[in-house]
Amino acid sequence: MSSLLEVSGVSKTFDGFRAINDLSIQISEPELRAIIGPNGAGKTTFMDIVTGKTKPDEGRVLWGERNESLLGLSEAEIANKGIGRKFQKPTVFEEQTVRQNLAMALKNPRGPFAVLFHRKTAQGAARIEEIASEIGLTDQLTRTAGELSHGQKQWLEIGMLLAQDPRLLLVDEPAAGMTAEEREKTTDILRRAAQTRAVVVVEHDMEFVRRLDCKVTVLHEGHVLAEGTLDHVTADPTVIDVYLGRTDA
Amino acid sequence: MTTGFLVTNRSVRWFLLALALFTAVVAFGSEASGAGLISTSLVKTLGKTLCLCLIAVAMDVVWGYCGILSLGHFAFFGIGGYAIGMWLMYARTEGIVMSSLSGQVIPPTPQEVSDAIGSQIFGVVGSSDFPLVWAFADSLSLQLLMVIVVPGLLALVFGWLAFRSRVTGVYLSILTQAMTLALSLYLFQNDSGLRGNNGLSGLQNIPGFEGTSQATISLVFFLASACALALGYILFAWVVAGKMGSVVKGIRDNEARVRFLGYRVEGYKLFVFTLTAVVSGIAGALYYPQAGIINPAEIAPIASIYLAVWVAIGGRGRLYGAVIGAALVSLLSSWFTGGGAPDVNLGIYRIQWTDWWLVLLGLSFVGVTLFFPKGIGGLFDYIVRKPS
Repeated sequence: MSSLLEVSGVSKTFDGFRAINDLSIQISEPELRAIIGPNGAGKTTFMDIVTGKTKPDEGRVLWGERNESLLGLSEAEIANKGIGRKFQKPTVFEEQTVRQNLAMALKNPRGPFAVLFHRKTAQGAARIEEIASEIGLTDQLTRTAGELSHGQKQWLEIGMLLAQDPRLLLVDEPAAGMTAEEREKTTDILRRAAQTRAVVVVEHDMEFVRRLDCKVTVLHEGHVLAEGTLDHVTADPTVIDVYLGRTDA
Repeated sequence: MTTGFLVTNRSVRWFLLALALFTAVVAFGSEASGAGLISTSLVKTLGKTLCLCLIAVAMDVVWGYCGILSLGHFAFFGIGGYAIGMWLMYARTEGIVMSSLSGQVIPPTPQEVSDAIGSQIFGVVGSSDFPLVWAFADSLSLQLLMVIVVPGLLALVFGWLAFRSRVTGVYLSILTQAMTLALSLYLFQNDSGLRGNNGLSGLQNIPGFEGTSQATISLVFFLASACALALGYILFAWVVAGKMGSVVKGIRDNEARVRFLGYRVEGYKLFVFTLTAVVSGIAGALYYPQAGIINPAEIAPIASIYLAVWVAIGGRGRLYGAVIGAALVSLLSSWFTGGGAPDVNLGIYRIQWTDWWLVLLGLSFVGVTLFFPKGIGGLFDYIVRKPS
């Protein structure tokens, strides 16, 4: 397994608060990885740094076989390198149809003029159908995204990531606010996606992580606390400390 | 592409039909056609209104679709007017000067001609030298080019600086206000080279057509304005219809999501901002020959705020809404402020609309924003069911 994303020695301070502290994580391709940690552990900041939203104070973020640095690239450039990101809150374009949402995400030239003169292709339409069936929204393609249920919006957003055909998917709390049945389906979608690409899931919910059945990284105070199988990390006394709270605190 | 686009966009076809009918009625009823049902001054007012509709459509694209509340688009409108006005004024003055000098025994030197034109134009600001900005004023084609190039370049540079720094929302609106205010204040100066607060005048006289009646000229400009509105409408409807429309509306609704999908949001905003600025410039170039005069007050910040009010009242995010809003509010405005509306006598107080129109407009703006966020155009949602 070659390393697709290598984050090493990254630190970021916000107004004196160390959100990320000497963080190092490696993601391979294909791989499914869960990142867990209490609130404020730096999970979202980690994603912000990888996707170019936040610039770290120090450290390296390297990408791909040629170990390109992602630092200094814009969000759009990073996205076009093959990194898709799902936000914690479902963010789809509510006023547009499911099909339009997916069409916008399809891997195509992204420049204004290419988009202006873009013509729909049979290939693109087929790809949209394919993704729609993968996320279970085939019947909903002509519906306005704003009318979808919370779970469906989450899947649509995951579908938009898949349409980008990324090599790495960063997924922030996909199961939040979902019913048990919806969670199961979400797990399936993510596990299938991870067969051909790297998928990193940030999650609070231990039960959901258990169902993902993958390598787990525990973050605490912006630093990796433990890494390994879920059983391994939950047996780690420092992890128990962080999660259950220190008795002397 | 265009044919398929017209087939799938019913509102565009309805709009074009309505515009064609309106244009035909005005054309056949005008004094130029002999019917004389519609006075020349009304033809001018209607022609100007069409130009205002065109800039309102542009405003709707930049604000209603792309979410950039520009409060400076009238700057581009004014620049378009100044660009064409310079040629109109220069060529007409040149004609007058040449005919008055033609009686001389010794033919005037080019320098004398130039000085004579200069003192005619710039006498009001105590100068007779041509400033640099008038370098191409003798060429109609170059000045027409400026109608497009100058607003386009200004929008490109301004937009590049603003969008690159990710200035959004109310801060961007303030910046655009500052832009139009700065331009207007600059033009107010006598040494701006554009006749200060006098502005450019006599623009209704078209050089080379001195023998043509104002009735005919006004009809030609009316028709040209109608064509420009139709073309501008088709252009913008096409831009916001396809995938470009998806991305642009996406930027309005969730800029970050669009960014993380891999689209360079700045590039799209710049494209929309510049394109709408160019169309605004063209609208201005058609407006001011009908108005006859342009001065820096035309591009004062309030003008661009009115523009936003028109679009809000007409209905954001639908092009015909912008047309309805601009036409209705600007025509009502000239009716109320022109003394057309009868005063209301309350016994103890007499409501004079010339004073109270702005209050009425302000109240309706607040009312629409609070109770009918979709504006007048939203009424069409009740009449027409959406095609599935």
